[in-house]
Amino acid sequence: MNEIFNLSLLEVKEALKKHDLSALEVTNAFIEASEKIKKLNVYNTFTPEKAIEMAKLSQSRIDKGQGKLLDGIPVAVKDLFCTEGVLTTASSKILNNFIPNYESTVTNNLWEAGAVMLGKVSCDEFAMGSSNETSYFGNVINPWSKGKGKKLTPGGSSGGSAAVVASNAALAATGTDTGGSIRQPVAFCGVTGIKPTYGRCSRWGIIAFASSLDQAGPITKTVSDSALMLSVMSGYDQKDSTSANEETPDFLASCMENSLNNVKVGIPKEYQINGMSSEIIKLWEKGAKWLQDRGAQIIDVSLPHTNYALPTYYVIAPAEASSNLARYDGVRYGFRKSKDNLDELYSSTRAEGFGSEVQRRILIGTYVLSAGYYDAYYRKAQKVRNLIINDFSEVFNKVDVLLTPTTPTAAFELGSQQDPISMYMNDVFTVPASLAGLPAMSVPSGMSQEALPLGLQVIGKPFDEENVFKIAANLEDEAKFSFLNYN
Amino acid sequence: MPIDKDTVSKVSNLARIEIDDKQLEKLSKELDSVIEWINTLNEVETEGVEPIANVTGQTLPLREDKVNDGGYAEKILNNAPEQASGFFVVPKVVE
Repeated sequence: MNEIFNLSLLEVKEALKKHDLSALEVTNAFIEASEKIKKLNVYNTFTPEKAIEMAKLSQSRIDKGQGKLLDGIPVAVKDLFCTEGVLTTASSKILNNFIPNYESTVTNNLWEAGAVMLGKVSCDEFAMGSSNETSYFGNVINPWSKGKGKKLTPGGSSGGSAAVVASNAALAATGTDTGGSIRQPVAFCGVTGIKPTYGRCSRWGIIAFASSLDQAGPITKTVSDSALMLSVMSGYDQKDSTSANEETPDFLASCMENSLNNVKVGIPKEYQINGMSSEIIKLWEKGAKWLQDRGAQIIDVSLPHTNYALPTYYVIAPAEASSNLARYDGVRYGFRKSKDNLDELYSSTRAEGFGSEVQRRILIGTYVLSAGYYDAYYRKAQKVRNLIINDFSEVFNKVDVLLTPTTPTAAFELGSQQDPISMYMNDVFTVPASLAGLPAMSVPSGMSQEALPLGLQVIGKPFDEENVFKIAANLEDEAKFSFLNYN
Repeated sequence: MPIDKDTVSKVSNLARIEIDDKQLEKLSKELDSVIEWINTLNEVETEGVEPIANVTGQTLPLREDKVNDGGYAEKILNNAPEQASGFFVVPKVVE
């Protein structure tokens, strides 16, 4: 049974097709593995009965020779995706009893393709956080903490999704990324994740944080697994007014190309930030060398407004969040603090239902949108966002992709970052691509001196995930990263 | 200091989040340092730059104005903290 955990999603798919494994065997193995990692606090809601039921249906389709793309593949879902009839909390007290009457488009696409749902995994509350510590249900523990004598953050916000894949308790997980919420946790947990181009995946049924930035994406071990997952998750959806009416290319085919002749890789000099550890710089140089050895041309480029990306993000994201989270008022769903007066009902429900980071961001958002400050903050940030997008457009006239580190450090100890701004610095390399809506992928590429995983990020042009997958697959090939042997 | 206790108090009222006096002090310091950091954006020359709200440049598509969902009020109400006779219940608003 143990060898299942050494297989990639694509290899399990092949074994299912050949009847070397049954869907029920695979699902049971991952249910058992999920039960063994309880102390990591990964799951908000574990749904083994549902998984078994879905696995049986998958097997009957496989037996009839009608197997679909993901039949029998156990997947964990970030608790930000609405799942019909299954508790969906956004890791918040204010939604701690919310059972959606509908299924998000992205998860629906997965179930339509035969994937098996293991349950809903933890995240930062409303996806606001970089350490998974803002969850109402307590933080997730990074499986790489094992043997380190301290408890490390899995990163966030998709911390549960990254940890569940890294600890061999799911073959894949869904994540969402607003400013780095897929890429930073996968870097910290030594797995792979992509935030696709804004508009590639439907946002319908995903609990909204910042609507102009939010995107869903897959978390897997390998780049090819990610390509298959994303091809199923993507696609035009009438129910999301910002969904892009674009064909979904064959992402898997892009992962098979191992010549990088004629590929131009940009190295943005502004990503060399003060205080970045030498091991990250070395890994970055090594990554560039690997790509060069495979024929790519390495070109130094400049994105002059990079420094302003984080403060721009911390105007725009809270502004959108303050508007999106206005709906949680204790009237139609979720937690209510009963009061005799309606205004008091709202304000005490929201005071008790939202955690401190969510409250902080709602207040920042309300402030920057309030009369007298709108132009100085919100409108200003929207203008700087335009300049950041222009930086990327200019650079993409010269290069096909950009290569950067994913995070400025490896996973840090839980509870060690108390100051909001130093926590926000975690996303310094991921936020610019988010503001520009670009596809960006993190690949586990090396280890820190403390034997913790480090990731490299590949950023591509809008709707050019193909080049991102191609470069990422080549990095993966060279890095030969050893996944955590957790079971 | 652009954000003092009064400002936080006003903003928290706008956002309908009750904040007690003890938290006001802490929050005003935290928010002040965040806003001060955000103020670095003032270094950027943005004269003549268009503000952007939509990265894809795509315009919002229109659909036919007809009902395409609904008819299950009971299911929706099942998530409500309090319901009666097919309605959401709130404290009395009009005297």
